[in-house]
Formats: sequence, structure tokens, C-alpha cells
Amino acid sequence: MCTVCGCSEGESRVEGVAVHDHKHEHDHKHEHSHAHEHNGDDHHYGHGPAHAHAPGMSQSRMVQIEQDILGKNNEYAQNNKSMLAAKGILSLNLVSSPGSGKTTLLTRTLTDLKDDLPMVVIEGDQETSNDADKIRATGAKAIQINTGKGCHLDAHQVGHAIEHLDPDDTSVLFIENVGNLVCPAAFDLGEAHKVAILSVTEGEDKPIKYPDMFYAADLLLLNKIDLLPYLDFDIQKCIAYAKKVNPSIQILKVSATTGEGMDDWYQWIKLSRQSKLIGFKKQA
Amino acid sequence: MHEMSLCEGILQVLETEASTQKFKKVKTVWLEIGELSSVEIEALKFSFDVVMKNSIAKDAKLEIIRVAGSAWCMQCSEPVKIKKRFDECPQCGSSQLQVTGGTEMKIKELEVE
Repeated sequence: MCTVCGCSEGESRVEGVAVHDHKHEHDHKHEHSHAHEHNGDDHHYGHGPAHAHAPGMSQSRMVQIEQDILGKNNEYAQNNKSMLAAKGILSLNLVSSPGSGKTTLLTRTLTDLKDDLPMVVIEGDQETSNDADKIRATGAKAIQINTGKGCHLDAHQVGHAIEHLDPDDTSVLFIENVGNLVCPAAFDLGEAHKVAILSVTEGEDKPIKYPDMFYAADLLLLNKIDLLPYLDFDIQKCIAYAKKVNPSIQILKVSATTGEGMDDWYQWIKLSRQSKLIGFKKQA
Repeated sequence: MHEMSLCEGILQVLETEASTQKFKKVKTVWLEIGELSSVEIEALKFSFDVVMKNSIAKDAKLEIIRVAGSAWCMQCSEPVKIKKRFDECPQCGSSQLQVTGGTEMKIKELEVE
């Protein structure tokens, strides 16, 4: 376990550098000043909670801990949240299955909004920095997290990535999660909203096949709608399924290729960002 | 399939608890897993043994307490039982349900030495 922040060993890397490869400065002194009292060669069996020992009884005891399994992750997520709030940053966690057009949608967004908003990107993939390279080609600052064997980003990796990125105050942070509709649902990264992207080339029943993700998302982007005429995709059915899982989910139909519907998405981003700026004061 | 990461999370908690509560060995772990949480119990059991190897919880027994899914139906104004996240109200058929229980993933209790 990493002794700086308590992260467990893993395969994840930020820009090719292992996440727990921070500087470990070992300048603490190891002082052993406690007295070891040994009372001869006595064997103590009575040091259990009952201070007694019955033959054949073990000294095991029960400990009530009532802790959330994801407690550690949620702690990191909370830290990220306060770090982002202090800078007036809107963070969006983009989740989808692989091939839904997340990266294309993101590069188009970055290009179209370049002059309107300061934007930075955290890219999550199992391997390669191809996506971060594509993002950087738009001029936006981006950092790649490779999760190795991991199937999702966690709040700890994202926290380190935010530190590396050092985004300007009031910017929009896009976190492109690993293409996976299962695991990223459970891991809070400290984002303001999860945005699910579903392309119409996938099944219309995805929302009920992967309900956790669509339940966790605040916005659903139905992407690739330019392909609808060639497909057997029942868009009304898909919307009904999504609403069934999450009655409050907002749904926008877009095409990152033709640009159709993208203005709605941009407006959504701007309005969400505005809400983060309420009461925000630039630190001197 | 994030059961492996969940088990790593459990081990982290166990190690932290071991130093604060002063124990050296974990013999049994009781987990509370809601029926609406996206946890596959068989996968969790498998990952648990793998992750706990060479740790303070080596060979520890894993006991799982299932918590049934429950929700509040806006139409009936009553609590109802559900099996899946997108279930309709078993009484009125409405899908306006607010999930109230069954999503927990908790370490409840430990038997330690």
C-alpha cells in the first residue's frame, strides 16, 4: 500500500507513470522508545477482551465496523469535489460502451467551444495514449490515465490527474471514462454530472440492460442520430427505457459527425457551468 | 466485473482497522450487499480469496448478508419491495419509484484475532 495517500498497489498509470510513484521522502525517525516488559517466560492467554481464558477457546473477538466498501474511493471523490469547487470548475464524467463515439463527440465539442470556454480533459483507457493525443490536437490540455487491468477510473487516479493538469479556475473538466457501462457506475470521481453516451448503432434496450449506469447519469446523449435512416433503432422505445430506469434523466439527440443537436449539448454545458460559478470568487 | 477492485477496497479497510483496532488476523468478514447493487456474489467470493492471499485476511471466511431492494412509490405513498432497479410498483404498476434500500455495499462486522 502506498504510504503517501494509502492507495493500494495497482497497474494504473498517469501519462505512463505509475500512479503511486510519488516521491516517498523517508526522513522520519524510527524511534522505539516503548518499553518491552517481559515477565519472565510467562504465557498470557488472558489478554483477550474477556481477560480470561478457557481451554479450547480462541481469543478472537468481533469488531463492528459498518464501513462502506467504496468508502476510500468516496473519500477521494469528496476531496476532488472540494478541490474542483474551490476553483469553480464544472466536471463531467463521460461514460459509455466502447465505440459510442465519445472521443469524436469530445473533440468536436472542444473544437466548437474553443473560443467560448476554458476546457481540459482527463482520458481514461486501459492502454495507449491515442485518445489524449487526439484531444491535444484540438489545442486543449489533456492527460491520459491508463488503468492497466482496471475496468474503470477511480477517484484517486482522477485526483492525481487533476493535480498534474492544474486546470485554470472556472474551466470545464471532461473526464472520459473507460468504455464500459458496468463498473464506472459505482465509482464516484467527484464529478458534478455523469453524462452517458449511447449511440443508435447499439441496442435500444441498453438502458434496461445496464440500469445502474443510466440510473447514475444526469444526461443521456443519443449519438450518431444521422445514421437513424439506415438502422432499425426505435428511438422512442430507447427514451422510454431510459426514463423507466431514471425518471429524471435528461435526453438530447445529437450527431457528432454532422453537428445536428450539438448546440443543445453546448447549451447544457454552459448552463451547468453557470451554476458552478454562482457564488464563486476568484482567489487572490 | 469490478468485484476485484471492491475486494481491494475491503482489504484497505481491513488493514486500516487492523492498526487502529489492534488485531493481527481476520478470521471472518461479514459483508452487507444489497440486491440492487451491481455486485456479482460468485465473482466477489472468487476475487475475495485471490485478493486476501498473503494478507492479514488470508483464509478468512466470507459471509454475505443480502439486503432486499426497497423503494418508495410516489403514487401509492407507500414503501414497496422491488427486485430490480427499474421494476414497476408491484401494487399500482407505476415506475415513479424512489429506491430506498438494497444498494448498500458495506463491511458490517469482522471476527478478528
